Amino acid sequence: MLKKILTAAALATLLWSPAGAQQIDGAGATFPYPLYAKWAEAFNGQTGIKVNYQSIGSGGGIKQIKSKTVDFGATDMPLPVDELKESGLVQFPMVMGGVVPVVNVRGIEPDQLRLTGTVLADIFLAKIAKWNDKAIADLNPGLALPSQAIAVVHRSDGSGTTFIFAEYLSKVSPEWKEKVGASTSVKWPTGLGGKGNEGVAATTQRTNGAIGYVEYAYAKQNKMAHALMGNREGEFVAPNSESFQSAAAFAEWEKAPGFNLLLTDQPGKKSWPITGATFILMHVKAEKADSSKRALQFFEWSYKNGGAMADNLDYVPMPPKVVQMVQQVWRTVTGPDGKPVYTGAAGM
Amino acid sequence: MTSIPATTAIEARIGRWARGQKRYDTAFRLGTTFFALLVLVLLGGVIVALVEGAAPALAKFKLGFLVTEEWNPVTDEFGALAPIYGTLVTSAIAMLIGVPISFGIALFITELCPPWLKRPIGTAIELLAGIPSIIYGIWGLFVFAPLLQDTVQPLLIDSLGNLPGIGFLFGGPPLGIGIFTAGLIFAIMVLPFITLVMRDVFETVPALLKESAYGLGATTWEVMWNIVLPYTRGGVMGGIMLGLGRALGETMAVTFVIGNAHDIHASLLAPGTTISAALANEFTEATTDIYLSSLIALGLILFIITFSVLVLAKLMLLRLQRSQGT
Repeated sequence: MLKKILTAAALATLLWSPAGAQQIDGAGATFPYPLYAKWAEAFNGQTGIKVNYQSIGSGGGIKQIKSKTVDFGATDMPLPVDELKESGLVQFPMVMGGVVPVVNVRGIEPDQLRLTGTVLADIFLAKIAKWNDKAIADLNPGLALPSQAIAVVHRSDGSGTTFIFAEYLSKVSPEWKEKVGASTSVKWPTGLGGKGNEGVAATTQRTNGAIGYVEYAYAKQNKMAHALMGNREGEFVAPNSESFQSAAAFAEWEKAPGFNLLLTDQPGKKSWPITGATFILMHVKAEKADSSKRALQFFEWSYKNGGAMADNLDYVPMPPKVVQMVQQVWRTVTGPDGKPVYTGAAGM
Repeated sequence: MTSIPATTAIEARIGRWARGQKRYDTAFRLGTTFFALLVLVLLGGVIVALVEGAAPALAKFKLGFLVTEEWNPVTDEFGALAPIYGTLVTSAIAMLIGVPISFGIALFITELCPPWLKRPIGTAIELLAGIPSIIYGIWGLFVFAPLLQDTVQPLLIDSLGNLPGIGFLFGGPPLGIGIFTAGLIFAIMVLPFITLVMRDVFETVPALLKESAYGLGATTWEVMWNIVLPYTRGGVMGGIMLGLGRALGETMAVTFVIGNAHDIHASLLAPGTTISAALANEFTEATTDIYLSSLIALGLILFIITFSVLVLAKLMLLRLQRSQGT
């Protein structure tokens, strides 16, 4: 008898626990994955809610949220307002970061080489093929540049990083815009492809005379020779959280419906020109109100408590002004009963 | 007197037992038939899924898909020529280098090797076959490619690159990674497979045949070329095809070392891509439907290439057997 009761109790616990463990499912961009994973862990520790984020890529994230298999999608390439309306989605920026050009030329240290947007575009267009080309030498008097072929390294997989980089080149070089354009993957005029940020970093480090582009965190952690970029004001700035934040501060989010805003080539003397944000996508009409509520709870918590963790991983938190705007958007997310699923941090 | 009912009882028991066995037999036959047919169903299912997925791309680009080099995700223009070229050329390099070396190793092990060395070499090759391809890729990128860039490739460019006729194959700057490096890595990867098959079939040659030839004064090479190889032709061909199959479908290692560029260059040292590398790289972020469909179409083409290679090998074998008259 006792045995039976014990078995029943054990069975009940087994059946109960999955229902009791609350979970949020998300999928998408790989760029913010390290940060989302860190946030998720800390959030789980405080609330017991598990965030299951799959970094399958922005394209995959958009597909998954449209087919409603996840509670939220994540993308580095913001969707245009029309597409958001059509699919019944809301979009908001979660965190920002910078893309930095990295080089591997003997004798060049981090923050030594100076480049401008047009020169960078010409290198990636294969119009500048040698390191001692006059265009590069003119920007870098006093730097010994070798007569070596430039090996361009780019992403071989589709990526939000590529989108931010190509979008910047499109802004500063009409020829790039016409011949290549901007997307998560493009038709590269030249170069070697590496898979993922780590692939580009590894290929650049192993190839003499290489130039590539990676997320700032990868350049910093691998101690790669990142270049100084000339920004819109003609100032040469180094990539760091200060210069990323400067670019973000000049962004006019209020003028961008659906937060469809790109942060490249922003004004400001200290602004890093190749800055970008990564976005969350959710359905306006939530089928599972509880899940959507928990997801918004997670994002609110992350805005509030995740700043230090973002800093540690070299991401840039959203400014408070933008967070307030995002919170307004959250109120438009309604459950099947037509009421907003989440009305602020009161429930926490 | 008593033996008669006993016999019938035994007979009845045997009969029951036999009927039971027959049922088991039928069940067993049906079971195994089902498993065998399952393979055909799976194969058919894969073909149907590939054709269905590839249909939008093939409908849009028609046969031009096969002969266009353009691969532009921004404008949604796709052509498969560069990956097809890369797949065929890297596999060809792998075979050109891998087959003679494998033949040499197998010959050494079966004919010339001192007995105490046989086991260590055999085990080493088996271990080589067991290394996951991603390890080859990482090793290729971090160790092999820089070595090629600094030493082998400049040498090739300065020597072979100046030869008339084939010089264009070795032009351009030494990048370390590219079609040539991928081919070399492939050669190392297929080597153990081909070697092991060759060794095993060489060992099936009756000692009598070989000893007769040696008795007539034949050299080791003559025995190998005139006795062993004709005797084991089918097995050797099978080993080569096994290696070729692996090279054609290889994914992770090639992604690391080929450069992943959708271009066709005359130079073998330039970056390129293969079908499987393109699939591995681009599936995650194939945002438009036609992009995804084009990638599936690439998969279908790889399927057809592998299938044709298999068919060609079988045909070649048939013709060889016929000309031999056996």
